[in-house]
Amino acid sequence: MSLECGVFHTRYEADMGLRPRPVQRIRLGVFALFVLLFPFVAGPYWLNLANQVAIATVGAIGLNLLVGSTGQISLGHGAFMAIGAYTSGLLTLHLGVPWGASIFAAALVTAAVGAFFGLPSLRLKGLYLAIATLAAQEIVEWGMTNWTAVTGGAEAIVVPAPVLFGVRLNSDFAFYWIAVLTAGGAALFAANLLRSRVGRAFEAVRDQDIAASVIGVDVFRTKLLAFATSSFLAGLAGAMIAFHRNIITWERFTLSTSILFLAMIIVGGLGSIRGSFLGAALITLLPAMIDNLGRSIQDTAPQIAAVLPYAQQAVFGIVIILFLIFEPRGLSRLWGNVKDYFHVWPFAYRRGESGAR
Amino acid sequence: MTPSVGAASAQGSILELRDVTLRFGGVTSLAGLTMEVRERELLALIGPNGAGKTSVLNCVSGLYRPQEGTIVLTGRDGARHALDRLAPHRIAGLGVARTFQNIELFRHMTVLENLMLGRHVHMRGGVLSGGLYWGRQRDREVAERRRVERIIDFMNLEPLRSAVVGSLPYGNQRLVEMARALALDPHLLLLDEPTAGMNAEEKESMARFILDVHEEQGITVVVVDHDIDVIMDIADRVVVLDFGRGIAEGSPREVRNDPAVIDAYLGRKADAP
Repeated sequence: MSLECGVFHTRYEADMGLRPRPVQRIRLGVFALFVLLFPFVAGPYWLNLANQVAIATVGAIGLNLLVGSTGQISLGHGAFMAIGAYTSGLLTLHLGVPWGASIFAAALVTAAVGAFFGLPSLRLKGLYLAIATLAAQEIVEWGMTNWTAVTGGAEAIVVPAPVLFGVRLNSDFAFYWIAVLTAGGAALFAANLLRSRVGRAFEAVRDQDIAASVIGVDVFRTKLLAFATSSFLAGLAGAMIAFHRNIITWERFTLSTSILFLAMIIVGGLGSIRGSFLGAALITLLPAMIDNLGRSIQDTAPQIAAVLPYAQQAVFGIVIILFLIFEPRGLSRLWGNVKDYFHVWPFAYRRGESGAR
Repeated sequence: MTPSVGAASAQGSILELRDVTLRFGGVTSLAGLTMEVRERELLALIGPNGAGKTSVLNCVSGLYRPQEGTIVLTGRDGARHALDRLAPHRIAGLGVARTFQNIELFRHMTVLENLMLGRHVHMRGGVLSGGLYWGRQRDREVAERRRVERIIDFMNLEPLRSAVVGSLPYGNQRLVEMARALALDPHLLLLDEPTAGMNAEEKESMARFILDVHEEQGITVVVVDHDIDVIMDIADRVVVLDFGRGIAEGSPREVRNDPAVIDAYLGRKADAP
């Protein structure tokens, strides 16, 4: 964290705060104001995108806790989101569980499933663990498509819209508040976690697992906790997808979803909550941007517009490669650079290290 | 003085190794080593390269599991624990802290975070309380921060408090690692070559810290080091290893004059009678 002249704390509570500096609090306030006003000025198209970003943020924060903070790769987060989506959808559809309770229950179920699929991390690290979680993805995918009696197989499940105080929340405007509150809550939870005992243990396991065990961190237990916490948020995101779309299909939770979420946290910044949000926003909005671009040049350059939809995947790939080469620490780091620049502006001689989460 | 080590009675000992044998494939690292660490002593473990000094520490802290023999720690409460059957994090929970020959810090974290991790075994709190960071959990974090600040004060690390460890010079990293070990509030402190790679000035201040920890805080310390001069200055007792066996023990002066030690470690003079 860059040093701030003239800011002193006389209590450890203040020094250990999430946003210890006034500037940070102002920035957060401005962002909160934007989030608050956004739905009143944005049309349904943008609101829908905003909801997708908020949901993706929840999932990305979850994955980032596991991959970025604890250093355990997962290729199974698409599957974990599927478990969240199906569990909450089926609970509400068949048992009439209220949507809030079913979302929470789904997240808990997913946490348990995630911890189970995290068991191989006792012995496996890195790429080997990635392959083991790939197995989780394949197993769940197979279950989704073949356990027809429960999941409907290739058929979509229609989930009733959430109802709050007798009002059906079937518009993007109404859902926006749920999505934003959940995403904000997830971000706050993760930020708190990372500055407390268990979060430090996560990072210790990532950095140096032998040293972690020697200072008393139960490495295996910590890995399982990371899998469970991460899957909890993945399940939460999955359940919210179910209630946002009101429809569950297996195609939304394939291996490519897992990889998309990995792309979000890599582009956003590993181990960073801000990065999870930025990555989720970029990866969610990029296809929409390309679509819009295609539409706007439809008349002037129809040939290019015709090719653009197919180029989407390629653009994706290029963006990720460019990030890996030029800013491996992601959007979060870029934002940090901007902040550091203005931090000392106009005296550009001191470069701070921006480590805020 | 007997050339064999460990004949002394177990009275007042907090760590006993008995017939500890550790093999890696065909290589025998410890060959039936028997030794003890007495309460509140500063014991130095010396010996030529490959004598098995670090292996002893790794066995005690649970990173290696000896094929034969027992390692028994007498805990703070007087209970006896067989360390050769415990996982490293459980051993840390009993108050055994250590440093490493090749500094094993959490390089991406700040000094403060490293030390807070040192308090891990003394803290409570899980995912939920950490994520909420409210009330009791917050008080716990602040209380531990207060303790950590005392260690920072003791080790003169104030200016480095919020520096990322990976960016610190080598000598400072050694101090931070020692501070992290101290944060565990150790019952037994194991230091693996704490002065390796340091210049004379840094060595002196490290030796000073080790003495302070030992004398003021009354912590039992085991130091492994190559630097004979430092060892001879600070140790109460010295155990000399060679080929995984104890070949001598005693006060620094006794050991220095022991012919077996001179043979094995310091080298025989060409013109010796």
